[in-house]
Amino acid sequence: MTATFPVTGTGAADVATLRVTGKHVQADGVLTLELASPSGSRLRDWTPGAHIDLVLPNGLTRQYSLCGDRWDSTTYRVGVLREPESRGGSSFVHEQLQVGDLVGVGGPRNNFPLVPSEQYLFVAGGIGITPILPMVRQADLLGADWRLLYGGRHRASMAFLDELAPYGDRVQVRPQDEFGLLDLPAFVGEPREGIRIYSCGPAPLLDAMERTCAYWPPSSLRVERFVADEAAAPARTAPFEVELARTGTTVTVTPDLTVLEALNRVGVEVLSSCRRGVCGTCEIPVLAGRPDHRDALLDDDERQADDCMYVCVSRSRDERLVLDL
Amino acid sequence: MTATVPTGTSAGAPTSDVDPFSHEVLEDPLPMHEALREAGSVVHLSRYDTFALARYDDVHEALLNWQDFQSSAGVGLSNFRYEEPWRPPSIVLEADPPRHDAPRRVLQKVLGPRALRRLREGWAADADALVDEVLARGTSFDAVRDVAATFPLRVFPDAVGIQEEGREHLLPYGDHAFNAFGPANDLVAKGTPRVAELSAWVNTQCRREVLAPTGFGADIWAASDRGDITPEQAPLAVRSLLTAGVDTTVHGISALLYAFATHPDQWQRLRAEPSLARTAFDEAVRWESPVQTFFRTATTDVRVGDVVIPEGRKILMFLAAANRDPRRWADPDRFDLSRDPSGHVGFGMGIHQCVGQHVARLEAESIVTALARRVATIEIAGPTVRHHNNTLRAWESIPVRVALD
Repeated sequence: MTATFPVTGTGAADVATLRVTGKHVQADGVLTLELASPSGSRLRDWTPGAHIDLVLPNGLTRQYSLCGDRWDSTTYRVGVLREPESRGGSSFVHEQLQVGDLVGVGGPRNNFPLVPSEQYLFVAGGIGITPILPMVRQADLLGADWRLLYGGRHRASMAFLDELAPYGDRVQVRPQDEFGLLDLPAFVGEPREGIRIYSCGPAPLLDAMERTCAYWPPSSLRVERFVADEAAAPARTAPFEVELARTGTTVTVTPDLTVLEALNRVGVEVLSSCRRGVCGTCEIPVLAGRPDHRDALLDDDERQADDCMYVCVSRSRDERLVLDL
Repeated sequence: MTATVPTGTSAGAPTSDVDPFSHEVLEDPLPMHEALREAGSVVHLSRYDTFALARYDDVHEALLNWQDFQSSAGVGLSNFRYEEPWRPPSIVLEADPPRHDAPRRVLQKVLGPRALRRLREGWAADADALVDEVLARGTSFDAVRDVAATFPLRVFPDAVGIQEEGREHLLPYGDHAFNAFGPANDLVAKGTPRVAELSAWVNTQCRREVLAPTGFGADIWAASDRGDITPEQAPLAVRSLLTAGVDTTVHGISALLYAFATHPDQWQRLRAEPSLARTAFDEAVRWESPVQTFFRTATTDVRVGDVVIPEGRKILMFLAAANRDPRRWADPDRFDLSRDPSGHVGFGMGIHQCVGQHVARLEAESIVTALARRVATIEIAGPTVRHHNNTLRAWESIPVRVALD
């Protein structure tokens, strides 16, 4: 095949605002969204286990694991379960979000990275399959010895069974209405060295995994808990102000500009490099206000400190940010 | 530079028989860079049967596009698909996803801007002390030997946590590693007799029991304890710091000092506005490009402009030529602190972008800020001497004379 270069823009808006290019039903209550840059440009790189923050047109921000193919540099894919008690995130995605709509995207960030190992055990429950799916592909690509135990309420509610079918008996599909609760001790076996266990799914499954692996060597088990709808303030779509503490200058950042661009327009130079929230060059200390972090660098604790931001992509949750500039 | 005039075509690309690794070109590569940029998006280099990219957009895209331009077949001329590397390959520089993921993630955290905050004050004090020592000896000195090659070696090995003894091996080891990305020419031959000795010393420094209990090295081993990388990867991750973290910063700081010595107005500008130190360093990295080139290998038939580079072929990316491409930079040959150098490819770009870039910036900012505090003017005081390396643009000697306040 012949690869061609996609047309690339230079602005960060290109990677922080994406268009819904596909919406497909995967299973009962589960659909996948495909996202691409409006210009078709390359998206920010990601690794299995990573998630993005999706800023929906209704202002809500939700996190979804990436479950596509990272060798396709221009498309993200996320899986979305319709939560019965949705507070406006998943129900919006299922009912209102349309192909062609624009969404804000932060990250990708990875709190659940696949570490090197020759043997892996994967345990997924329900929509918890989404971060596990690219991990399984990667483990297979690396020639690792791996197995997946995948549970769900019933077979029709379990997404990606077709994509898992080629792996044969490495994958055990165990819908609860056919097999009962997952037999974790039988799958995991006796504690031993050199195996990494990854699990994602509902809290009771992860609690059970932690009990099952209690006597395994430290760091054998890695889990990702999907946190409930965040109570955080919705991202702003309205303009906000950035005050520069050293000079007292105030700059208005309109939705079509990045903070970096707005600063440059008034002659304030900030050194940057990747302009994608990846390299960390444009880190600026934040003295007041809560940034809307869209970078791929800060982990959750660092984000909550709200003491710095990467101005090439990150924005503001408050009407006013004060920067040490 | 008649050699760079296209002599034919290959795969639809203009062909040149220039040798980018000849001493003539290494002494002054700028005319060749211009000729390659102007010849087309892709130029076939017949001498090495490889494809060259010299325009900013093409180099930038190739750096980002790890899917089509792989690194695991080596980022030098040698193709690891067919040739044995001179040392076990780097687990970051010479690796592709997925194997690249874990070590990159660990190094990015260990060397990240937040991790460097604790070093800032100490390095500023170290820089002040070095500047005081140098100026106490007199107002004429060698900007390379006395400053650029001294300061990184004072602060970086301590930050990694390697032992005191044998640190003089770091520069020759790095010099050979960067020569080895080029062809097996006299520069490689010059370093070969010491490879075994230097490698043995470097490999020893990477061992957990030799490293200090705190520092970048200890942080890397702690990541291996957490299982984020394997115990086999930890010493190779430390080796990456020792290979790529010394010569590069020495030559980057040399480039910055040479730029100031030859642009007195820019030195005055920095003195008036010391917060420009960071921008100044990046502008010097753009202007001089201490790392001139890296290779990639096509994983598929890749189209660049009108040319399809066949699968499996080596591609030589001229970072230095991209950094002076007039299509991207206004008045590119000018060293100018009023320019925004953001987006230069002197540190690379994408998943392999220099993981130590924040360390390099902090080193340069520390030493140039210390100099600006005491030095009113700086000028060249004698013949400058280039240091030739297959990958690095470097100085052997920059004699300077300074005036103090």
